[in-house]
Amino acid sequence: MDEILEVLMDDARISPEEIAKLTGKSVDSVKKAIKKYEKEGVIVKYKTVLNPDLVRDSKSFVRALIEVSVSPQKDVGFDYIAERIYSFPEVTSCYLVSGAYDLLVVVEGDDIRTVSDFIAAKLSPMEQVRSTTTHFLLQKYKEDGQILKKRAKAKRLNISY
Amino acid sequence: MKKISISKKVEKLAPSGIRAFFDLVLGMKDVVSLGVGEPDFVTPWHIREKAIFSLEQGFTSYTSNKGLPELRRQIAHFLEHRYGLRYDPEEEILVTVGVSEGLDLAVRATLNPGDKVLVPEPSYVSYGPVAELAGGTVVTLKTDITNGFKLTPKQIEDACGKDVKALMLNYPSNPTGASYTKKELQAIATVVKKHNLLVVSDEVYDELTYDFDHTPLTSLAGMKGHVIYLNGFSKAFAMTGFRIGYACGPQHIIAAMTKIHQYTMLCASINAQMAAGEALKNGFKSVQAMKGEYKRRRRYMVGALNHIGLKCHMPEGAFYVFPSIQSTGESSIDFAQNLLKKQKVALVPGVAFGKSCDGYVRISYASSYESLKEAVARIAKYLRPHSYV
Repeated sequence: MDEILEVLMDDARISPEEIAKLTGKSVDSVKKAIKKYEKEGVIVKYKTVLNPDLVRDSKSFVRALIEVSVSPQKDVGFDYIAERIYSFPEVTSCYLVSGAYDLLVVVEGDDIRTVSDFIAAKLSPMEQVRSTTTHFLLQKYKEDGQILKKRAKAKRLNISY
Repeated sequence: MKKISISKKVEKLAPSGIRAFFDLVLGMKDVVSLGVGEPDFVTPWHIREKAIFSLEQGFTSYTSNKGLPELRRQIAHFLEHRYGLRYDPEEEILVTVGVSEGLDLAVRATLNPGDKVLVPEPSYVSYGPVAELAGGTVVTLKTDITNGFKLTPKQIEDACGKDVKALMLNYPSNPTGASYTKKELQAIATVVKKHNLLVVSDEVYDELTYDFDHTPLTSLAGMKGHVIYLNGFSKAFAMTGFRIGYACGPQHIIAAMTKIHQYTMLCASINAQMAAGEALKNGFKSVQAMKGEYKRRRRYMVGALNHIGLKCHMPEGAFYVFPSIQSTGESSIDFAQNLLKKQKVALVPGVAFGKSCDGYVRISYASSYESLKEAVARIAKYLRPHSYV
């Protein structure tokens, strides 16, 4: 992978000037590369990873992972039904997977009621949806490669040969 | 009671004037440290997990003196695969408690009183003292920033003569990060063969070579009989606290080293050895990730230090830069002490690595990018208190 992307994946707010210093490329070529990646859709967006437990006055919200079995359709396969599902704003992620079911759908809402209403009123009634199994998320330990629990930092000596 | 006396040999060892400075650093809080000689990464989880699992399984015994046979086979296999080296895991490989032990065994197994040992300057702090403890006499070979802190073949040639038995080599180097290309090593090898030298080659930073492929000295034609190859897991896999290294060399030398090892150390910790096996089996992805980080930090540090007025060369490996502080007019200890007191930045005075290195300091970039930036800003403030760098 391009080193520029490696650096950005770890810190989306780092400036092109700093990336240039780290990668040994010129500021101009870094800027150009980033523009290109944005245009091509390699870089989709820049977002901030929060630990919701620590956000003051954050509204509580619930998240559910829903296993969805569907009947694929001629010509369009799973894409058509997937699009109908992921177009709902309640759906934060949607994956086609191998195994016992077809789509893994992640849904978020303000409370259990909102999420279960979405499943009962919108998802399940779809013609191609054969069955759903819903798992409500109880505790987040790690997300996007980040461990959310604060851990004691292992200490090195401040000076050594 | 009359005070029990100390061994003359130990008494004669150069006292570390640096000790007091180290104590000062260790006693101070909120220090931004560029003084650390070990990775800032924690050992990758799969390796730690293997160590834990081995304890759960009840592996709490001694191992064979030379180390777990399985680990020695893995080391042999790895060295052949990576560098084309052929070492017999039964007779030519010894697992040691860190490279430090390997170094000590190497000189004790080979030196006789009066033998001279060539030691580059600057160099890692142990080489001189272990050679002296083993009865050797140290001859220093000075290097400096103008030749990128590298020994030249001519320098070695000129120093060779009666009683010169061994050369200590360390590349990529702690404290300078300097390393040698294959071509440069070939020229050194020619001199080594001509004068029938033994080379104790500490290559523990081999995985952290950035601009070219690392070449073990022992891989060059006709060199196997001249080299004790030392390596370990500390730097590449961020396993300093596990204390696992290994020595490879001619069968009779490894046998002699094993003799000392069995009386003084018995064996390295079994759990650490099992963790090391896991590192060789599955750890190289982590090595690559860490190396990528170091490589970027190196670019940043060299650029930033030169920018704020501390001249430094681009090191080829390890995680150190060795900038000149001659522009400040201060000795390296004064510079380090004042910087610590005024800006709370810790680094190691160059003089720790040789008398001739008082014009330099060692900066370790095994720290997060954020702390490197903070440290550079503070050093800049120290250098130019009234500017706004």
